[in-house]
Amino acid sequence: MTRQHLSRRTVLAIVGLFAPIALISACSSSTTDTTSDTAAPATTDAPTDIDVRGETITIYSGRSEALMESLFAQFTADTGVNVEVRYGDSGELAALLLTEGNKSPADIFFSQDAGALGAIESAGLLTALPADVIDAVDSKFRSTSGAWVATSGRARTLVYNPELVPTPPASLDALLDPQWKGKIGYAPSNASWQSFVTALRLTRGDDGARAWLTGLAANQPVAYEKNGVVRDAVNAGEVAMGLINHYYLYELISKVGADKVVAKNHYFKDGDAGSLVNVAGVGVLASSKKSAAALVFVRYLLSVAGQSYFAGRTFEYPMVPGVIPFVSLPTLAELNPPAVDLADLKSLEETQELLVEVGLLTR
Amino acid sequence: MTRLLRAPVAIAAPAMLAAVVAIVPLVYLFDASLSRGVENAIREIFLARTATLVLRTLLLTFIVTVACAVVGTINAWLVVRSSLPLRPMWLMLLAMPLAIPTYLSAFAWVSWIPTMSGFLGASIVLTLASYPYVMLPVAAMLRGADPMLEDVARSLGASAPSALIRVTLRQIAPAIWAGSLLVALYVVSDFGAVAAMRLETFTWVIYGAYRAGFNPTRAATLALVLVAMALLLIVLERHFRSRVTQRLGAGTARSTVRRTTLTLVAPALVVALTSIGFGIGVPLVSSIRWTREASATTDWSAVFTTIMSSFWIGFLTGLATLLLALPVGILIARFKGRLADVTEGAVFVTHSLPGIVVALSVVYLGINLVRPLYQQVPLLVFGQVIIFLPLVVGAVRTSIEQSRLALEDVSRSLGVSRMATVFRVTIPLAIPGIAAGGALAVLGAMKELPTTLILRPTEVETLATSIWKYSVVSDFGAVGPYAVSLMLLAALPTALLSHVAVVKVAR
Repeated sequence: MTRQHLSRRTVLAIVGLFAPIALISACSSSTTDTTSDTAAPATTDAPTDIDVRGETITIYSGRSEALMESLFAQFTADTGVNVEVRYGDSGELAALLLTEGNKSPADIFFSQDAGALGAIESAGLLTALPADVIDAVDSKFRSTSGAWVATSGRARTLVYNPELVPTPPASLDALLDPQWKGKIGYAPSNASWQSFVTALRLTRGDDGARAWLTGLAANQPVAYEKNGVVRDAVNAGEVAMGLINHYYLYELISKVGADKVVAKNHYFKDGDAGSLVNVAGVGVLASSKKSAAALVFVRYLLSVAGQSYFAGRTFEYPMVPGVIPFVSLPTLAELNPPAVDLADLKSLEETQELLVEVGLLTR
Repeated sequence: MTRLLRAPVAIAAPAMLAAVVAIVPLVYLFDASLSRGVENAIREIFLARTATLVLRTLLLTFIVTVACAVVGTINAWLVVRSSLPLRPMWLMLLAMPLAIPTYLSAFAWVSWIPTMSGFLGASIVLTLASYPYVMLPVAAMLRGADPMLEDVARSLGASAPSALIRVTLRQIAPAIWAGSLLVALYVVSDFGAVAAMRLETFTWVIYGAYRAGFNPTRAATLALVLVAMALLLIVLERHFRSRVTQRLGAGTARSTVRRTTLTLVAPALVVALTSIGFGIGVPLVSSIRWTREASATTDWSAVFTTIMSSFWIGFLTGLATLLLALPVGILIARFKGRLADVTEGAVFVTHSLPGIVVALSVVYLGINLVRPLYQQVPLLVFGQVIIFLPLVVGAVRTSIEQSRLALEDVSRSLGVSRMATVFRVTIPLAIPGIAAGGALAVLGAMKELPTTLILRPTEVETLATSIWKYSVVSDFGAVGPYAVSLMLLAALPTALLSHVAVVKVAR
């Protein structure tokens, strides 16, 4: 657990969110020591042979404006490529792209989750990415056909209050022990929670997942509106633990300071659904007439600058080796996520049916 | 009263155009749902769960519609017929819940009382948001209805409550039915309230098919079930409304205010105060609280820019909807027949569809037929027109049906052509209803979210999209100023609405 303890230096760095690049690079094990050359991908030095400066690309972004706005501005400043961004829910943007077909004005689909990218890919709307872009990312976190790559990852975690639970349960099944009755918080309508349950279905089968969920329901977990509220409740001691994503804790630390945060993250690290790492990702539309500029954008997201942004601003896992997380986290390998094809997480509808059936979604 | 007349081409043609516009979503739905074959579509519809969801949605619709009919009628009676002081102010306050989108009020409720989520919470929020759709036409009709009949009943020995129920309620029944239909269709289509309340209804599953299943084909197929529900509701309403006796003579102009006893007013006042307190109090207090958390960092110039774009989009939508709704309203009020029936059905049926379905149908049309307008304001307005057409048609129709047919006959007997009579007599008499209809469309467009998100020009922000933008990242401090601005801006058309609702219909 000492791994999650934040050093004073890290906390200071988190607070200075908006000038973090130099610090991140310093912390990073990457040998890249310059930030002026941020447009260059971290992992390839393939030159861009067409001049795309001054071009404008259209991005459909399922990731929120509040979090991505400054990354896009930084991209334009660094590459000279202008962006027009249409923000929306990832699934609704996927439906929009499917309806627009090959006449879409979009060049880029930047999605909050892999399932939406998978749906666009199966409709044949994404173009294959160059090998160097694909190879930059671990094969677990990209499309098998090379049409999209993950840009950042988020790990499932059990956030707990050490004053109430000195030793957190060691596994998902340990959570079903009656001693935790009424002590587990969760956000039933949250997409990440539902992705976790989907992963549970994929690893244990529907019956196995139903059995675990029925056990959880019997332990009377406490429902909250959002993951952030679960985290606040755990930190305040209102509920002992919560099933959320890893970065919520660091958002709180950056907002109120490490000394006001008692909650800690526990990672199961057991190859089970509780160790799921879900991703946000990006693909280039096959109908794009500006694929050169679009590719500059994809490469930028995978560059030191782009990856450091995710690490430092959203506290997510970078996807490219050489850029390390901004806060001290277990490595992706240490997390030992389940062997799930992320594109299969799109069977969310069946998950919602199961959650309704066991009484964990609606009342 | 009903006379079968052939509608002039100048009325029938634009009315038919409006019907064509209104069925754009249906064309898209059939095309999209059948894209994987008829068997697949039938299989989706007859899944075991569909029955449960249909029943739950119909139950919610029934409860909310009945509640709105009761609350709306009581409030209308209070502000038109009782001797309560300051009645215009009461009416305006009672209309104000129209200015608040359901996604905001539902969220305000659950953040105040988290245990409210579910069926009860959704029923309460939808009732508080929708009763004005009954109250306004009922108030207008009460204002125009001859109070003499109630006096006659009283003179024949009926008690005040008995005369009220047996005479007056019958007089205003057409307005109650018409308002209830709009409420019912809206409840079927709503997603904002049921999402915040975590109540699994049909729209929840349709949005799920987009957001979680990434399956627009399935979503389109399920939306056809909503179309079927809408047709059922429209047929039911038409059946019951046609059984109601319409007013025969014009009566004489007289004050409609009755001297009312405390025993009648007191319970109505409780209903009115509850409507106002919970309908606007809860969301307003929440939004102001959020704003106060944020005031230090609010970029008021950005807020002002979004106010202006909401205003313009609302204004253009109101104008365009009115232009299309006017011929439809005249057609169904004055030229009853098969054409009028079909046009009315076509216009109302899409009111049951969730915004995202309407938006995608306009995407489908726009990108294939009018590519240069795609993701431009005209196409956004087009989408909004489809959604708000029924509200405006309803207001125009009610208003025309209330004005005296004899005046039009006089005009005709003096040798004025049918079209000139429409312009010189019918339309001027219906001005209050026309203004109210326009205000309803402006109001609707200002609050509308799902269609705006998909059809707006890239990077144009309205108040509604700004609220969405910050609420998805739970930044309620930033939501506050936009929520308060939206309520204040939407209060203007609402005030106009409540004012014209009771302007005395010219005779």
